[in-house]
Amino acid sequence: MIEALYIDPNRCIGCRACEQACSECPGHGGHAMIHLDFLARAESVQTAPTVCMHCADPACASVCPADAIKVDAEGVVLSAMPERCIGCGNCALACPFGVPKIHPHRELMTKCDLCYDRTAAGQRPMCATVCPSGAIFYGTRAEVEDLRQAQPLDRFVFGAETVRTRNHLMVPPPTDALAVAPVLRAPRARAERLLEECLC
Amino acid sequence: MATLPCSTDALIDAFGPHLNHEPPGGFAARTAPDRTVNTHCCFCGQQCGMTLAVKDERVVGVEPWEEFPFNRGKLCPKGIKRYLQNNHPDRLLRPLLRTGRGFAPISWDEALALVVERIRRLQARHGRDGVAVLSGASLTNEKAYLMGKFARVALGTRHIDYNGRLCMVAAGAANLQAFGIDRAANPWADIVATDLVMVLGSNVSECSPITTDYIWRARDRGARLVVVDPRLTPIARTADLYLPVRPGRDAALLNAILHTVIRLGGIDEDFVARHTTGFEAVRAAVADYPPEAVERLVGIPAARIVEAAERWVQAPRTMLLHARGIEHHTSGVGNVLACINLVLATGKIGKPGCGYATITGQGNGQGAREHGQRCNQLPGGRDIENPAHRAHVAAAWGVAEADLPGKGATAPEIVEMIHRREIRGLLSICFNPLVSLPDARFTQEALERLDFYVAIDFFLSETARHADLVLPGSLHEEDDGTVTSAEGRVIRIRKAVDPPGEARRDWEIVCALAHRLGHGARFDFRAPAEIFAELRALSRGGVVDYGGMTYERLERDMGVFWPCPTEDHPGTPRLFEGGRFHHADGRARFHPIAYRPPAEDVDEDYPVILTTGRVVSQFLSGSQTRRIGPLVAQQPEPTVEMHPRLAARLGIRDGDRVRVVSRRGTIELAAHVVATIRPDTVFIPYHWPGAQSANRLTIRAYDPVARIPEFKVAAVRIERVA
Repeated sequence: MIEALYIDPNRCIGCRACEQACSECPGHGGHAMIHLDFLARAESVQTAPTVCMHCADPACASVCPADAIKVDAEGVVLSAMPERCIGCGNCALACPFGVPKIHPHRELMTKCDLCYDRTAAGQRPMCATVCPSGAIFYGTRAEVEDLRQAQPLDRFVFGAETVRTRNHLMVPPPTDALAVAPVLRAPRARAERLLEECLC
Repeated sequence: MATLPCSTDALIDAFGPHLNHEPPGGFAARTAPDRTVNTHCCFCGQQCGMTLAVKDERVVGVEPWEEFPFNRGKLCPKGIKRYLQNNHPDRLLRPLLRTGRGFAPISWDEALALVVERIRRLQARHGRDGVAVLSGASLTNEKAYLMGKFARVALGTRHIDYNGRLCMVAAGAANLQAFGIDRAANPWADIVATDLVMVLGSNVSECSPITTDYIWRARDRGARLVVVDPRLTPIARTADLYLPVRPGRDAALLNAILHTVIRLGGIDEDFVARHTTGFEAVRAAVADYPPEAVERLVGIPAARIVEAAERWVQAPRTMLLHARGIEHHTSGVGNVLACINLVLATGKIGKPGCGYATITGQGNGQGAREHGQRCNQLPGGRDIENPAHRAHVAAAWGVAEADLPGKGATAPEIVEMIHRREIRGLLSICFNPLVSLPDARFTQEALERLDFYVAIDFFLSETARHADLVLPGSLHEEDDGTVTSAEGRVIRIRKAVDPPGEARRDWEIVCALAHRLGHGARFDFRAPAEIFAELRALSRGGVVDYGGMTYERLERDMGVFWPCPTEDHPGTPRLFEGGRFHHADGRARFHPIAYRPPAEDVDEDYPVILTTGRVVSQFLSGSQTRRIGPLVAQQPEPTVEMHPRLAARLGIRDGDRVRVVSRRGTIELAAHVVATIRPDTVFIPYHWPGAQSANRLTIRAYDPVARIPEFKVAAVRIERVA
């Protein structure tokens, strides 16, 4: 069974333990390969971690003019090879999830390689190990389906194009694919409506 | 003593806070560690297990410790970056004597001699109680025990108290009154097994992040979540029911919920009859709180209060959790008792997946309140005013019972007595009252009036800047010992490295002082294990019984829950099984609670409620976490959080500089305009000092029983800075 990340933004508490832990990984030099966003802080405390989804047909790799982004036998899309990467930024522009980052001074793209050092040694990636709320889970699909009510999703529809990913987003059932489109305002949680009802 | 020895800027230049961003030598130089040490986080009461990496006798990083059962490798950002407090440029390395221009290093011999000489002189002139000790709840059990013994035996003063006064005392007092014991009633594993979690006044996502995992695992099984909080916290956002209570009205809300439970026929009459006393008085008291009558007071529509009661009654098993949000009040003890009334009346305690806990906040918030550094307490959770308890402890310490001082003043009262010049000398450890006590201007005035102040600290805290003498103590990772987590689980803290420079382990400093004060024989400890052995033996027979615990056992079993009287006793993860409580008659006590308004309610001049609390990236007064670069980067400074409707009325936009004014003081901050707080309330986190200190605004008003400050309600007005 393939082990992968299962990301449930509903559980995310915005603590940034994932970023802080990722920055401690060997070779990351204090920089995180995962990032956390407050989606609309003026309205909501909803946050979400974003990390490489390890696409089945990665746009970053196909647009790379230097052929610096490789996919390993397990389907893990690796960080750019330093000796090849020219820091052009094509990958950052092409990624539908906004994951690759270019180091301007090093002319190098870096991104999550699913904690290759750790997973090769039988450990879970740092972010999933520390995540206090279980918003980032590492394991097999069967394990997460057994533990959770939310369902794993690995198909994202961007207009006419569907992207399949190795990592998953956890969403309320039933959903096969997520149509990614801009929204003016996210649907509100019940708690958010109850706050509006408060008597002052 | 007197004002600061030099300008604040000069002190910050010399002693920080500066920011440490990287391990020694930088990330690039970090290679495989020489050894790893399994220990626990130095911050909150969750006491997550973690592994420290040591290279060349320096702590260089952290690894998750996945075998420790409480957090299974999970950590919040504070835990991940705590290692950066080690090898820190601000670290105090030598004893420091105040001079006319700042602080200058002196030898340990001179420093210890000076402490003894000044204390003796003050006590000769002003009596033994003219010197006080302020201690802390981040100390290990060994050190907390030692501080109580040191104050009462070596100094002979009655005045020792600790910063748990700002944290756990309302819950502790209420638990003692209701149950006869002060400890979480259930292990956290029971949260996972419940059907309904009710969280009151606890921003668990930021203040006890690992608890969110327990709540979510319960929800994975189908459990429901009810959250009561004036702010829509991250855990509240996803709740099945969220009650945005107006700050300071918790007792009225809880009484209305219990009123409705009675109306719904939800009382467990059999449990009440067999295992409790006093319910009829509570039944009568809550009759005055129908939801319809209190909805405007508590700020929540009656229908939602009824829904909370319905959910409570319908759930077979419930876990009620609360924290400082309901405890930091002049009615803090009453608010907790009102929670306990609900739990007892429905018989929902003492069973798997069913019970009650306060979420202890400080690092050793549980253990440090058990073994005698509290003004009214002796080791083993004993009562300093109980003659039998006094005799037991006096005999163990080899002193006459008559020579054992009586009950002393609480920490805020000690500061007030210093202000009135009734207390002239102070020894502090692990406490930064200038940042953490309410009404910071008053605290500063008090510090300036001391005749002699000696601080044991590892960094020069804002409070220690006022000291005559600073003794460099030890960080958490530089000593062995035990702490007791929020669950009541006693666990092992393991030393990773030795203190740097001339810094010494805290207990060595305290024992050296005791020797020079003429009590060496009673402080002849050579290791924390010897202190633990004495503590453990002395606790035997007390309510808080560690009698069966050894370091070896704590390590082997990943902690043991007290009470654990004998070495073959398994420990007690869950209290009150079979409805057996710890009062002599085995019954729990109900207490009728009447709602009382906060000490300072809003009015025309100060029309907005200020409430204070924490953020995930900082801990308490920030003396450690404000020196850790990646944590400071998460939130560099405090903001004042306000609802867009309030902001619009005041002509304030997000990011504007605003002045927050209370009757005690004024601070200027950036506005953070968010629709996730009640429109009648603003929030400021309290981790910062000086001109950014929320506690320049808060009020010196205390619960009459527990003397916990009312940090959660003060009246302010807000003005846009032109």
